[in-house]
Amino acid sequence: MGYSFDFGAVIARWPELLEGCLLTLQLSLLAMPITFGIAIGCVFILQLRERISTWLIEGFVELVRNTPFLVQIFFLFFGLPTLGIRLEPDVAAVIALGLNGAAYSIEILRGGVEAISRGQVEAGFALGLHPAQIFRYIILKPALRAVYPSMTSQFIFLMLTSSICSSIAARELTHIGAEIEGETFRSFEVYFTVAVLYLVMSYGLSKLFALIYRMSFAYPLAR
Amino acid sequence: MITTLGPAQFLLLAQGLAWTLALSAIGFAFGGVGGLFIALCRSSGLRWLEALASFFIEVFRGTPLLLQLFIVYYGVGLLDLSVSPWAAVAIALLLHASAFLGEIWRGSIQAIPPGQTEAASALGIHYATRMRYIILPQALKISVPATIGFLVQLVKGTSLAAIIGFTELSRTGTLLSNITYRPLLIFGIVGLIYFAVCWPLSRLGRTMERRLTPATRT
Repeated sequence: MGYSFDFGAVIARWPELLEGCLLTLQLSLLAMPITFGIAIGCVFILQLRERISTWLIEGFVELVRNTPFLVQIFFLFFGLPTLGIRLEPDVAAVIALGLNGAAYSIEILRGGVEAISRGQVEAGFALGLHPAQIFRYIILKPALRAVYPSMTSQFIFLMLTSSICSSIAARELTHIGAEIEGETFRSFEVYFTVAVLYLVMSYGLSKLFALIYRMSFAYPLAR
Repeated sequence: MITTLGPAQFLLLAQGLAWTLALSAIGFAFGGVGGLFIALCRSSGLRWLEALASFFIEVFRGTPLLLQLFIVYYGVGLLDLSVSPWAAVAIALLLHASAFLGEIWRGSIQAIPPGQTEAASALGIHYATRMRYIILPQALKISVPATIGFLVQLVKGTSLAAIIGFTELSRTGTLLSNITYRPLLIFGIVGLIYFAVCWPLSRLGRTMERRLTPATRT
């Protein structure tokens, strides 16, 4: 094997790589409000058990979960301009990630909500709480606590998925990697380094989420 | 020249689909063998072997599949072997599948009550027989829904081979969209083809899951 590895050329570009990490985190964080907004809204609507809305939401979930993210983002980025909606790569990436995450989060959140027993909701009604109050305090909060672990690993998965946004030239870590590759021709070294950075980020995030869980969701079990 | 969407274009899509299915099948079949090996290592009771297997799993779960494809693609290229992109993609997918299936099956193996292992040891049944006839058949049954769920992930994951330049379904879609100038329609159709493959699998997985969990109706 006559190849000599040269990580130096890649390491020398660390400011750009660091910026890439921040851009990837930023992309994922921007997608979060969309994901959460849609997921919470849809789960609320699902609880109304109204036929057409349920059918629409379930259709959306199934459609997103059973098609590749790459095709979804191509559909948004290359397809929508033919309808006159032209999106910047970064905007398209955030929307695609947000919608994709929403479909998975609806399922997770719904599982959490439906695990709450009917009796608690009835108790809420008996106490004269407003439906919105019941949803917030009796359904949503315990459900969020129950789904926190799956939601956070979903977020990490979203962060990893965001690498695919490089295919529409959205600015994030993999795209920066491709730029460095184009200038140094050190393909293997560049992508190896980038992969290590993703690994560090996903490891760091999972530790951070575990810490947040311990601090804010400490459940008063003994009563 | 702008081409319209005719039978010839649908034939191309069908060929793309065939490659997508072939990649998924190879990834799943070889990944299954690798996954079983990883799962056995991960639940072997030997500390260094378990650490090694869980490191393998964590690396593949903590990095994007796209980067795994890039690394294998360029890494294999460095070995002075002239390997086609198709083989590189297949290798990356089978490694990826090994890690994920290994983790799923590790969970199912460890879900079998340890009393069974102890009883088997007490009867003098050694490791291979114990795994083959006692633990794995039960573990396999528990793992079916999650395994099918991963298969759906894998079919969707093969679309990333398009970024490397392997002409499977997604890349066929990109090429067709470039010559027909109708990206909305083409990617819509491509999405629906993926959906037609993945959705029945997802439903099957859910049905199996419901069948395996005891009724919990209130």
